Amino acid sequence: MLSRVADSLYWMSRYLERAEHTARVLGVQLNLMLEQDPKSSDRRWLRVLASLGHTEPFPEDGDPFAVAQAHALRQITASIGFARENARQVREQISSEMWEQLNRLFHEVRRMESADLWKAQPLDFVAVIVESSHLVQGVTDSTMNHGEGWQFIQVGRFIERAAEIARLLDIYFHEFPAGQPIDSGEHMEWVGLLRSCTAFEAYCKVYTADLRPERVAEFLLLNSEFPHSVRFAADRMQHSLECINEAAASRRSPRVAKIAGRLSAGLMFTPLEEVVEGLAEFFADIQQQCARIHVAIHEVYITYSIEAAIEA
Amino acid sequence: MATPGIDEPRIASGPFSSYVLDSAFDEMFDAQRRPRPHYRALYELLLSLPVEQMRHKKQAADVSFLHQGITFTVYGRDEGTERIFPHDLLPRIITSSEWETIERGLTQRITALNLFLKDIYNEGRCLADGVVPREMVYSCKHFRRQMRGVTAPKNIYVAVMGTDLIRLPDGRFVVLEDNLRVPSGVSYMLTSRQVMKRIFPELFQYTDVRPIDHYPEALLTTLRALAPEGRGEPNIVLLTPGVFNSAYFEHTYLARQMGIELVEGRDLVVHDNVVYMRTTGGLRRVDVIYRRVDDDFIDPLAFRSDSILGVAGLFNAYRAGNVTLANALGTGVADDKALYAYVPKLIKYFLGEDPILDNVETLLLTEPAVRRHVLDHLDKFVVKAVGESGGYGMLIGPHSTAEQREEFRERIEADPRNYIAQPTLMLSRAPCFFDGKVEPRHVDLRPYILCGDKVTIVPGGLTRVALRSGSLVVNSSQGGGSKDTWVLQ
Repeated sequence: MLSRVADSLYWMSRYLERAEHTARVLGVQLNLMLEQDPKSSDRRWLRVLASLGHTEPFPEDGDPFAVAQAHALRQITASIGFARENARQVREQISSEMWEQLNRLFHEVRRMESADLWKAQPLDFVAVIVESSHLVQGVTDSTMNHGEGWQFIQVGRFIERAAEIARLLDIYFHEFPAGQPIDSGEHMEWVGLLRSCTAFEAYCKVYTADLRPERVAEFLLLNSEFPHSVRFAADRMQHSLECINEAAASRRSPRVAKIAGRLSAGLMFTPLEEVVEGLAEFFADIQQQCARIHVAIHEVYITYSIEAAIEA
Repeated sequence: MATPGIDEPRIASGPFSSYVLDSAFDEMFDAQRRPRPHYRALYELLLSLPVEQMRHKKQAADVSFLHQGITFTVYGRDEGTERIFPHDLLPRIITSSEWETIERGLTQRITALNLFLKDIYNEGRCLADGVVPREMVYSCKHFRRQMRGVTAPKNIYVAVMGTDLIRLPDGRFVVLEDNLRVPSGVSYMLTSRQVMKRIFPELFQYTDVRPIDHYPEALLTTLRALAPEGRGEPNIVLLTPGVFNSAYFEHTYLARQMGIELVEGRDLVVHDNVVYMRTTGGLRRVDVIYRRVDDDFIDPLAFRSDSILGVAGLFNAYRAGNVTLANALGTGVADDKALYAYVPKLIKYFLGEDPILDNVETLLLTEPAVRRHVLDHLDKFVVKAVGESGGYGMLIGPHSTAEQREEFRERIEADPRNYIAQPTLMLSRAPCFFDGKVEPRHVDLRPYILCGDKVTIVPGGLTRVALRSGSLVVNSSQGGGSKDTWVLQ
């Protein structure tokens, strides 16, 4: 498959995942805000900003809620726009149903944005994004040939998910170190974290509603069956990269599958106690490995130098 | 004795009540206002079908075009706007004997034009013999001096040609212009047939319409025939300028139908005069490029250096014979509208035959006396810029305003080589369906001619129709639409 096409499919999917994740984080915090006192609210919005990768200096007299909400909304609309633009470049490679869904989502976002509905009813806006993203994914899985292109879509989705969840965990555990008893205020924060990963119900099924930071970490990091755990995402990513390796039959590409395999193996074989001992390093390591996989995919499949390719 | 109304159906009945016949040739009715035999089945169907059902068919056709995303882009507005290609419901029908003449005429024409291109880029015999003035060729905007001494594989410079034919009041088909660079529109011909089969199955049942669905396969065979020698299973690609091009729909459609890769300039690299495409499995050699990018933009090293649509080094790879470009570069010199006037002479010169299809009378404005005559009667002529296509840069005298004529007068006087004049021609008319009524509109015909090991013309073409009443401009960018074209067995 053409490198450009693979690249567009990868980014289309990554941006859609990013929009969905951002929307979900924003939605959860908006809901929590309804129930809690304003003091903890400020801290929470600063945390949201950090987890969404907001790096601009925070204004002196800025209202964390206003800044975070505006940032999240901008990130969502921009991501949807980029996802659609990438899809548009490879329209003949995706199914018409996929294009229709994505295109509809894009126009819906534009409409809500221009009518200022997104600020008036942010919860509705967020719900539309999450639902539509699920719809696009479902349509993708059921209407597109599960060949190399589809595998690139999987890689884009799961690499984004693994990195986002690792960053979210990183920020939470930095603020509420593991091993300390949690009070009722904190309890809501952990519920918020789980909900941000659609994990609250799934967690309760495994551990009951007894929330403990170690268990939250274990569940979101190491559970092999939950689609929004880092381990699940890493496994899927590795599997897709192996399929791509087979389809593309490039002599240098085992490198990518190896790097992805290491991430997956780390999550599979590191004992929980070890993980808990060095949580911060562990989270940082996952994010770094995701970045490395991203670079390797591009070097091997997309932006390789002509000289390297001629020799191979 | 026949009773009027049975053996000689009257034109004024039913949906035909506002159908007007005048000096233009009517495709459906003869001068005695009787339907021509090959239109009889359609005529009777139109009389028998309730108007509601026709409206329903029209809607079904429009929806079908919309859903398939059969669109084109109009340039020169605020932004490139995507539009549905307007389509008329009623087919344009051509008899087998008419088609036979068209086929022979176009085969003759593409053969002569390929010989001409080979000649001017190599020996230049026809220039030395004075068949065409040298300055006429060298001053042409689309002449590519870089092509001097470059031979195209099998001497085929034009592999795909789209020639616009019109029918004069006396019923003869004549050539209005050739498109030898990157002719487009064939996807409309193919998709409109598919839509029609779904909507008018009853008509197809009683009419022997020759199929056209094999066009993509014929195109692929043509391209394969032109592959560089020694490349067993040639890798053929379609090069598109990208999603913003007006014909992008067609590029994706043809690539899919042929089962070849649709590439952009940034997908290709040239190394050691060999062209490769970047795939996830590494570089893959490319042998034939069906390019839908204009000459100017194809290689920033050889042509326009500001082009980002092309591939650096592509021209050298082409010159080295490692890749085939179809069409070759510099073919536009032969569809220059001034050079067009010489094509009948070229056919005679290269083939020793009389042209089977005539040209339209064309006045070259480089002659002072001719120029004066045309400028004095601008309201009677159609004036065209020689290097333009798509209906851009054109003045239709009888429909022009005094200001437009003044503007063209200045332009012609500033650069007479750049313009030609033709008498205003009465294009033939064909019946079209407008909300319950059938009315005649002007049409032309663009068949697509393929030239590889042999010349192939799928029986049919794109019939373009000027949907506005009285209009003579059929270009899609100027409010024209299309019709399905049926060639009978």
